[in-house]
Amino acid sequence: MRNADYVVKRVLFAVGTVFVAVTLNFVLFRSLSGDAVSALRCRGCSLDFKNYQRKTLGLDKSKWEQYKIYLGDLAQGDMGRSLRTEEPVRSVLWEPIKNTVPMVALGTFFAIVFGVVTGVIAAWRRGTAADKGALWGGLSFYSMPPQWLGLVIVLFIAGWLGLPTSGVKDPTLGILSDPGFIEVFVDRIEHMILPALTLGLVVFGEYTLIVRSAMLETLGEDYILTSRAKGLSNWATVWKHGLRNAMLPIITLVALSLGFIIGGAITVEYVFSYPGIGLLIVEAIDQRDYPVLQAAFLLLTLSVIVFNLLADLLYFRLDPRVQE
Amino acid sequence: MSPVQTGAPHAEEAPSPTRSLKWRAIAAPVLRNKSALVAVAILAVFVFLAIFSTLIVGDDPKAKVGPVFAPPNKEWPLGTDGGGANMLDLLIAGARISLLIGFCAGAISALIGGTIGILSGFFGGRTDTALMRLTDYFLVIPDVPLIIVIAALFGRSTWNIIVIIGIIYWTFTARLIRAQTKSVRERVYVQRARALGARNSRLILRHVLPQVTPLLIANTVLLIAYAIFVETFISFLGLGDPTAISWGRLIQNAFTDDAIINEAWWAVIPPGVCVMLVVLACTIIGQTMEDALNPRLRTGHLSVRRFRVLRPSERPTMQPQPPQSQPQPQQPS
Repeated sequence: MRNADYVVKRVLFAVGTVFVAVTLNFVLFRSLSGDAVSALRCRGCSLDFKNYQRKTLGLDKSKWEQYKIYLGDLAQGDMGRSLRTEEPVRSVLWEPIKNTVPMVALGTFFAIVFGVVTGVIAAWRRGTAADKGALWGGLSFYSMPPQWLGLVIVLFIAGWLGLPTSGVKDPTLGILSDPGFIEVFVDRIEHMILPALTLGLVVFGEYTLIVRSAMLETLGEDYILTSRAKGLSNWATVWKHGLRNAMLPIITLVALSLGFIIGGAITVEYVFSYPGIGLLIVEAIDQRDYPVLQAAFLLLTLSVIVFNLLADLLYFRLDPRVQE
Repeated sequence: MSPVQTGAPHAEEAPSPTRSLKWRAIAAPVLRNKSALVAVAILAVFVFLAIFSTLIVGDDPKAKVGPVFAPPNKEWPLGTDGGGANMLDLLIAGARISLLIGFCAGAISALIGGTIGILSGFFGGRTDTALMRLTDYFLVIPDVPLIIVIAALFGRSTWNIIVIIGIIYWTFTARLIRAQTKSVRERVYVQRARALGARNSRLILRHVLPQVTPLLIANTVLLIAYAIFVETFISFLGLGDPTAISWGRLIQNAFTDDAIINEAWWAVIPPGVCVMLVVLACTIIGQTMEDALNPRLRTGHLSVRRFRVLRPSERPTMQPQPPQSQPQPQQPS
């Protein structure tokens, strides 16, 4: 029964957070002086058009009515239309999502790999130069603004590696010949590597610290002593017996740092002109296209909430000691 | 976050209810730590530059204009940017705005987080549940996108940005201070003062606050790092004060003025290095103080045992830091 209790509790909490995020989203965007339509940068728009927009957006009703309309629309997945292109926001978001998700996933993957390797080395060689190097390296990268690291990578490393520094695909690909699946795939990956690498480098320092302390804790356990007494190699002791048990905190950590990763993705996508959610947000800010900005923010928030919930449940599944 | 131990008043740790802050408790761990000392020195240099920046570079660092993207030479020690302004002057002027934002936003966060944490920890019960529920919700909502959105809606002046960053980053502080307050509240001398009929306001101001403040200061130093860091996001998206020069703004300028195509590394590298140094310095100072002040972290350190199987002669040194604190029973996690 403990299982059901915990799951219900976490799900309820996630639902509560979603509600807070949705409400916050409403309050923020409706507390502007003027409204979304008057903020629109559109010199050619007639007054009639603006009034029409106000009416369709329900902006002539009371705030409470507006809130109810907003919740109702949202429940049906209707997030309004882009003020700029008149397209439904849902379809505006779709392309960028498909670009952002693999990039952020690859970046997180890089971060986990860097973090685990440096963290394990630091814990294993505790107090040595390797430990200090891993810690300071991780901390230094963690202190770098992601957009700046992106610029530095474009400036010094991109040319040297011969990787593209902008866009999501090669515009010339497929003009002369019909590219095969592999060709397209490789092209996509090439465009993804630098932004993902930037994200991974900026984030991994946090993982290093946590992996290191989790490993130190684990390496002090009796079963590690046992495995050494059995004559297992260092490799087996550290990676199989140590790391597997030290990995648990990483699940929570990845979920918690997802907010930071997504925040970093906004500026990194801008630097690399990578047409994802981040670039969409930058453009929406620039054009004051508030429905798009609102929806993109809500989407990011919801994904972070969902991943936190999943991490909680996964952690619970993996570690029977968790109880609340 | 795991539950915080509330019981176990420590007879040994009960000092006479102090009126003044224990500055020594804050400074000592930093002075003992070599890298923390270096961090203090770095931060001191930047604070000095920030305070006296108008004396060093004059009111307008862009007044003196040279060739666009001139590489570093005798006249322009760090080269010039895309507008022909002296990079060194811009950096010093940027220190002023960046540190101003960092310190003020950090202070606002600490004030909000400290207040919520103390109220929540001291009164417990429904107040606690309500405030911590609110805190937990805000902990999950991603901070950087939230700040960017609020800045896009209300930003574009330095003070707005300070307030925006300040009102977002109080959550961790509130959690930390709540935990500390809960343990202080149970200590014998607070109980005694309460038994003698002290009112809540007196208990909080005279007994709880002085005990909690060192940790709050340590946390504020970390918040400063966050604030300076996140300011670069806001500025990079063009949401900063158009008239103010901050380090984040300089990074943005390098990007929008095509420093990359001109291969003007001197316009790109320095502002980021400044941000990195200050953030790193604040992180190290704050972490060092927090490690020494936060009893929960201290038990964590004690539980770390050395991995290598020690020779009998080495056995007595098994605890890496024989230190300064009495071990508390580790709570089940």
